[in-house]
Amino acid sequence: MPAEVIIPLQQHIGAPCNPLVKVEERVLVGQKIGDSDSYVSAPVHSSVSGRVVAIEPRLIHTGDKVLSIVIASDEKQEVAPSHGLSDEEAMDSDKVRAVIRTAGLVGLGGAAFPTHVKLTPPKDKPISDVIINGCECEPYIAGDHRNMLENPEAIVDGLKIILRILGAKKGYIAIETNKIDAIRHINDLISSEENIKVVPLTAKYPQGAEKQLIQAVLCKEVPSGCIPCEVEALVQNVGTTIAISEAIRKGKPLIERVLSIAGDGVREPKNLRVKIGTPASHLIEECGGLKGNPGKIIFGGPMTGFALFDLNTPIVKGTSGIVILPKEMVPVSDPRACIRCGKCVQVCPIYIMPNFIGQYIEVGMIDNAEEASVMDCIECGLCGYVCPAQRPLIQLIRHAKAKITDNRRKGGK
Amino acid sequence: MDSQLIVSAPPHIKSGETIGKLMGWTFLALLPVVLLDIYLFGGCAIRIISLSMIAAIATETLILRYRHMPITVIDGSAALTGLILALTLPPNVPYWIPLVGGFLAVFFGKQLFGGLGYNIFNPALVGRAMLFVSWPEIMSSSWFAPLRELDAITTATPLAALSQVRAGTLVADLSVVYKPLLFLNRGGCLGEVSALMLILGGLVLIVRKVTDWRISVSFIGTVIFLSFLARTNILLNILGGGLLLGAFFLASDPVTSPITRSGRVVFGIGCGSVVMLIRLYSGYPEGVMFAILFMNAFVSLIDKYTKPRKYGLVKAE
Repeated sequence: MPAEVIIPLQQHIGAPCNPLVKVEERVLVGQKIGDSDSYVSAPVHSSVSGRVVAIEPRLIHTGDKVLSIVIASDEKQEVAPSHGLSDEEAMDSDKVRAVIRTAGLVGLGGAAFPTHVKLTPPKDKPISDVIINGCECEPYIAGDHRNMLENPEAIVDGLKIILRILGAKKGYIAIETNKIDAIRHINDLISSEENIKVVPLTAKYPQGAEKQLIQAVLCKEVPSGCIPCEVEALVQNVGTTIAISEAIRKGKPLIERVLSIAGDGVREPKNLRVKIGTPASHLIEECGGLKGNPGKIIFGGPMTGFALFDLNTPIVKGTSGIVILPKEMVPVSDPRACIRCGKCVQVCPIYIMPNFIGQYIEVGMIDNAEEASVMDCIECGLCGYVCPAQRPLIQLIRHAKAKITDNRRKGGK
Repeated sequence: MDSQLIVSAPPHIKSGETIGKLMGWTFLALLPVVLLDIYLFGGCAIRIISLSMIAAIATETLILRYRHMPITVIDGSAALTGLILALTLPPNVPYWIPLVGGFLAVFFGKQLFGGLGYNIFNPALVGRAMLFVSWPEIMSSSWFAPLRELDAITTATPLAALSQVRAGTLVADLSVVYKPLLFLNRGGCLGEVSALMLILGGLVLIVRKVTDWRISVSFIGTVIFLSFLARTNILLNILGGGLLLGAFFLASDPVTSPITRSGRVVFGIGCGSVVMLIRLYSGYPEGVMFAILFMNAFVSLIDKYTKPRKYGLVKAE
């Protein structure tokens, strides 16, 4: 139990929330403390009971300062009265979406896109296939595996709710074959379900990336620049699916999540159920503290995560893990010219050519990079991982993407 | 303590592959050939190899200093250029040939284009080609019998012998020519002494993914296929001359070969075809060097037309 939680008012893609409480006010567990009138947004709730001590900009993992509500816990964990629940079967689809929004659900895989928006596909694009993503998003991260072992009923239940409100035909639960226990477990549960099936997939990175997962499960490619509804598919992370079930069945808002604390720089790596807003330092202590000389502390996974510089950074809804690497494991980059070995081209999951894109960007040829499909890049980090010349390909690509987005916004092109 | 944390963009872990390691594996793959050279040719081999490497390293260092660039000779790429150049030289060339060659290779072949990664043509072959056209008599007549007699054979290269046999100027049983090729190919450049060692080295590079098997296999495969079509001696065309050295160590140089998988196959087929064209229809008995240099010029073009199809390019109807 952390003594203090820091709850940023924007933990999702979309509009930030406005605070609903004042400093010194007493709040309860699950009480809504921030919300927005915007459609693309998700409210935030207190994960502890206690007193609001500050409402001020605080540093989050991206390095930005975001208006946050800081709550000192009174350790009583007094729960706010749950809003009246009606029977799920009796709810229509819009009611279910409204409950999901009220619960503050966002995608727990990392992107933190508001779930009620994702579950509202355009009218002319019906969803026929729903895929539950049980492939871990990155190496070191194992929270979804725990979820599948400990809460499989909620996953199946959440999937059924999604299928019902979307009117979708088939549900797939995609699990990598290195989690054979989870595959067996869930297969037993769904033996009587006709339209739900477990799809075992090769364990590889980035198997859990949305577009790659659709390719692996449905053998379809999402057209460039489009979202999955274009191929009548929808992907939800297992953690989100559990949260959907809990929000509908128990009226539980999103105030905690499962995450992995991993890496060689922590004494006892663990998967924990954690209150949103807990500072990273508290979780590291829970895991026996740091081991050796810490080099990098990463929010998210080692391939795409954010390196922290402040240990008081709070866990947010989208934090899938904390990876702690000791100093000697942090690679020192010494970038050289591309030697055209082609390794980046061979590993690229969307089949673009990071080598040429990197070279274009280096000399400011942003238009050429755009032509070479830099905007399609999913930033999985594999090109930078394999590059023997240690080229900072992801930095270059992000730089170009920001420039191109900027140009487009200005209507320059 | 917080201030000591490292902050940088992802990915936060790396495969550990470096340019230096790739070069290291290439040296290791060439080691058996070098040791055999020293065994067979003694001081001559040591002299040629060391002078060529010294010239290449010295040239690289001086030019990098002149260009105010970080001195990166430690990555071993210049040394490797020197070594490979030495392996394409006959064993009895005068001492100044490897010196001049090492300089030409790094200066004209590599640094003039901007250094490692930017050169269009294989540097070692640029050096050799310049030596070859400047001092043709030295480059084509400096063969000599190794110190250790292992088999009785003429000192001409096997491919020259093949030309002579086909022209009727040399009457011999061909088995005498190619029998020792697999193990000890005595007449030839330093790098051509043993087909077996070259294949071994080539396999090391392919297994370690330093080079792409697509280039080596399509190159050699094309030579086999065209030799078969032309009804000439297949085994001699593979084992004789510089084909194996070229296919495993020169054509497969990543910097001067295409980057796409299919492009690499096209490149290998191109190299093989040009080799056979030169061997069958030109005045030269050997064509590996010119074939690779010729195909190097097409690399950008091949890359351009063999781009992989990106994910999601098919538009929804």
